[in-house]
Formats: sequence, structure tokens, C-alpha cells
Amino acid sequence: MTTHAPAPPGAPAPDRARDTVPRPRRTPARAASVFLSTHPRTRLALLLSAPLFWLGVVYIVALVLLLVTAFWTVDSFTGEISQEWTLDNIITVLTGSLYQTVTLRTVGVALLVTLIDVVLALPIAFFMAKVATPRMQRILVIAVLTPLWASYLVKAYAWRSVLSQDGILEWLVTPFGGQTIGYGLPATIITLSYLWLPYVILPIYAGLERVPDSLLEASADLGGRTWPTVRFVVFPLVLPAIIAGTIFSFSLSLGDYITVNIVGGASQMLGNLVYTNVGAANNLPLAAAIALIPIVIIFGYLFLVRRTGALDNL
Amino acid sequence: MTDQQPAIRLAGLTKEFGAVTAVDHVDLEIAAGEFFSMLGPSGSGKTTVLRLIAGFEQPTSGTIELFGEDVTKRAPFDRDVNTVFQDYALFPHMNVLDNVAYGLRVRGIGRKERNERAMRALSSVRLEQLAGRKPSQLSGGQRQRVALARATVVQPKVLLLDEPLGALDLKLREQMQVELKQIQRDLGITFIFVTHDQEEALTLSDRIAVFNDGRIEQLGTPTDLYERPESRFVADFVGTSNLFDEERSRSILGRDGHHSVRPEKMTVTRDGLVGDGVRNVPGTVVEAIYLGSGVRLVVDLDDGTRVTVLEQNVRDRAHDDERGDRVVVSWHDDDVVPLGAAVLPGISG
Repeated sequence: MTTHAPAPPGAPAPDRARDTVPRPRRTPARAASVFLSTHPRTRLALLLSAPLFWLGVVYIVALVLLLVTAFWTVDSFTGEISQEWTLDNIITVLTGSLYQTVTLRTVGVALLVTLIDVVLALPIAFFMAKVATPRMQRILVIAVLTPLWASYLVKAYAWRSVLSQDGILEWLVTPFGGQTIGYGLPATIITLSYLWLPYVILPIYAGLERVPDSLLEASADLGGRTWPTVRFVVFPLVLPAIIAGTIFSFSLSLGDYITVNIVGGASQMLGNLVYTNVGAANNLPLAAAIALIPIVIIFGYLFLVRRTGALDNL
Repeated sequence: MTDQQPAIRLAGLTKEFGAVTAVDHVDLEIAAGEFFSMLGPSGSGKTTVLRLIAGFEQPTSGTIELFGEDVTKRAPFDRDVNTVFQDYALFPHMNVLDNVAYGLRVRGIGRKERNERAMRALSSVRLEQLAGRKPSQLSGGQRQRVALARATVVQPKVLLLDEPLGALDLKLREQMQVELKQIQRDLGITFIFVTHDQEEALTLSDRIAVFNDGRIEQLGTPTDLYERPESRFVADFVGTSNLFDEERSRSILGRDGHHSVRPEKMTVTRDGLVGDGVRNVPGTVVEAIYLGSGVRLVVDLDDGTRVTVLEQNVRDRAHDDERGDRVVVSWHDDDVVPLGAAVLPGISG
């Protein structure tokens, strides 16, 4: 039989000794691995106990303490916090015209910042995800991320210098008869838009990346020009990503108090009121009550957003 | 050829991606109402040609005519051709009905009318009961049919199909082949079908262009390609072939040039066959593979040439051949196909 059948080409007789694969050795680490791989609950407990402990103590407890503090009061004579339950702080915050004005201003600033960021981020993210070459794409991602490496304070002060009386903006617009906008709410909105722009670009970019090119081609193929394609295909598919981006810019703007201090002139936002009450006024309970405002607003926003399904995409 | 305009005319069509020439001076005419297949291995340029016709890519040079009209510079949404995508490309956020109605919607047709037309298109692929589902809730075959309905509802002059059956399992694929053929006959429009599956191309097509390295290697009917392959590449790619190079052709077939013989045209017996033009060559069975409908025998002829023989599983099959059996392989001289001069080096037989 073997005399007739030609040997398959290039197949030498197998070397049995060399082909032997040694069995794995038994070590304590291996025994532990075996134990863990057959006990999923132990595995889960070991994996999660440390982070859950951290989350519980550092996050939840601190937050709950803050909320509880809002229902306490300060002895105006001694400055000591007295742990009597009262709704006074909440009522002050809800009815005081100062708080109402500042709340409206803060929400207005946060909404405008969010709007500006989305309008700026959409074309940038679209270019990054769908137009740029892979090389250009990497360069742009780095360009978007780089400002995040610089200190927040430095960036805010950079804008202060740009907007100052003898700053770059003044120098740029003087030939056209303009002048710098100076410090105030517009300057705050510009600076905050700049600070949070990367946080809006990145989720929208990631969302667009996940829209297959073939869907855009299919839309064009079926007769859809640019605008119908954007309106019926791209926008509905990236809406969750856009909303994810707005959560960042909106909530970060709501809580900000440094930028408005640096470029906001005399304007105050909720963060400033918190800061003043903790520091100069030594009224921690009132500060806690003010801090509840942005928390409630953000929860309201998240509740609205949840109904769009955007949170599934965070 | 009638004096009617061809549905598609490609002239000197070339597409380069950087240093790579994906499509190399392709000239091609596809008749109206034809079921035309572009067959080739991956990277042969067949899909690029399809994308050029659809308008997703711009050619480096050459022109594309649609019923005599030059559409080379037109955007995809200005061409009367529609595509069934390989991954179907259904819009995931729309239900089946909205997907099918999309082409009508962007043309500004009112909701009531577009839904009616979309329903009619859906019923032609027997999916009207799934109109409210999302694409993610459909099976592969159902998605395939939605994609087909979506592309045909806007009444294109030419339908482009990019490996539409590639993702389906064998049974469903065969069923969809029959359906595609029926739909094409009903609509009476030109289908251009891209596939790497030679059996699918042979089953469906009126004509087939075999692509290799960005060029058309051979153009013809399924019978032409199978019975009279003009090159070693086509003989090898369309079905399987026993290829004989110049040296073996001379020693075994007694002819000059390259030749091929189909496995099913060969017979294996103990003592050989008698008859005019019958050639008997002794050899040894190397492998006998049972296929159900037949047996594939790999035989080494005595000069070392390895051939494959396909024996039908018929009732009077004389014997079972086993590894090592001495046999005689026979074929008729008429079944020896001479291959053209265009022999590609480096394609193994």
C-alpha cells in the first residue's frame, strides 16, 4: 500500500519526542485560579469590595452629609452649627430673589454654553469621524485632548488676558472699529464654552464613529442629499451621543465658580454663592441648600434625557 | 445585439487607490433586463466596479454610461441605480416600513402614499406582517428581503447587489437565489450581482464577467465559462479543473499548450474504457472522499500528475475505490479544453 501512495510533499515523519507538550505544573497560584474560576461569587466579591467601599464612603456618605447639612442651621451668635431640623434654608433659597436671579442666570449661562458647544462640536466631530484620513483623525483626537492636559486655571487666565483691555481680541478688532467685550457674562460664556468643548466633541465623535459609512451610502443611494441624510439618518443616530455631551457641558457649567470669578467681572453664579457662604459668611447649611439647586436641576435634566434613551449610550 | 441602448456601458474604467490599481481599464456593456454577475476572488476589483457604478467612488479615468447617458460625474443620489448592500445597511432606528419608504420620503412623497407603496414592495417579498419591526428584530434572510424591497421601491433602472447572500446559511441562500431570480424576472430590470461564489453566479446569471487583478478575465454565459474556459485562472476559479501545463499536456494528452479537464468528465475503472478518442491512464487512488451525491477521488497518475475525479453516486457504480487501489482514469478527447495563451504564472493547479 505505502509503495503505491506517494508521500505528501514536504511532510517529514513527525518527531514524537519533540512534539510532546509538558503538562502545566501545580503551583499555589494555579490552585487559587482554579478555585476562583469555579466560584464566581467569591470572584465577584473580591473584585468589587474595594471599589464599592471607596464609592460608599467617599462618594455617598459625603453627598448625604451635604444634603443633611442643608436641613440644619447656624447659631448666628456663636457661629456653631446646631443640628436642629429646619426647612428655613430651603425656604430662603427658594423664595429669596437673589437666589432666584442667580439660579436663572446660572441655568441661562449653562444652556448657552451647551448650545455653543454642540454647534461647534458637531461639524468638528463629523469631520473627525467621517471625512478625515486615519492619520488626520489621530492628529485631531490629540488636538482635542491636548487642552485637557493644561490646568483649568491657566486656561481661564489665558482667556482673561485675551479679553483684557490691551489683549489680543482688542488688537484684532480695533482695525475694524470694534473693541473687546471685556469681562462679564459673555466672557464667562465664551470661556466656559472653550473649557468644556472637548467633553462635547469626544462623545459626539465616538457616536459618529459608530454610524457605519454604509448607512450614509444607503441614504445617498436611495436619493437622499446631504440635508435629508443628516436629518433622517445621522442626527437620530447620534442624538444620544449629543445628549451625552450636553450632560457634561451643562452640569460642569452649573457648578462652575472659578471662571466667573476670573472673567465674569461682578457677575455671580450659584457656585459663587456657595463659596461665599462657606467662606466669608460661615453658613455651611445655607451653602448646602444652595448646592442642592444644581443637583435638583441636573436630576431633572437627567430624568428628561433618560426618556430619550441617551443614558444607555453613556 | 439589438440597436437598443445597453443599460450600463463602462469604457476604460480605471480606479487607483494610491499605488494600488483596483480596477484596470475595464470595458463592459450590460444589456437591459440582463441578470449580470461579476465573479472573482476578494480583491479582484468586482466590488469596486459596483461602487463606481453606484457613485460611491469616483473613477480615476474612464466613463460610466447609464442607458446612453454619461453619469460618471453624478452623485449617487442623482443616478437611477440602487444598491443592496452586503451588510444590508438598514437604518437601525427606523422600523421596516420606514426603511422601505425612505427613498420615497426623501423624494418628498407624502406619508400616506409612500406607506402604501412601501407596503406593496414589502408584500412582494412577503414581509408585510413585519412592517412594524425594527431591523434588529429580523433574521438575516428577512433583513435581506427588506433591503431588496427598499432598493426596488424607488424603481431603479439598474439594481446593484453586493454579495447579498454572503451572510446567509446554505439552505436560505439557495432559497433566496430562486427568489432573486423571480424578482428580477417580475421587475424586468437589470441586475448586477457581485459574488465570489462561482456556483451562485452560474445558477443565477445570464452572463458572467470573471474578474482577476482588476481586469475582466473572461466574459460569457455560464455554459461558456464552465465548458470553454479561456484561461487557467477561469478554469480553476469557475468550478474545479484538472490543469495540465505544457509538459504534462504533451506527455499525457499528446497536445501542445495548456489544457484542462473537468473532474466529472473523468471516469475511474479497473481496466479502462474502450472507444474512439478515449484516453486511459493508469494511476493510484490517494484519497476517496464520500460526498453523498457522489465520490471525489484523488488519483496520482503513474507519472506523478495528481487529478481529481468526480464519480456520481449512481446505482450501477461498479465498485468502491479505496486508498492505494490501482485504477485506470479515462476521459474523452472532446472533453479536453485548450486554455488560451493568457496563462497566469503562480496560480497553482
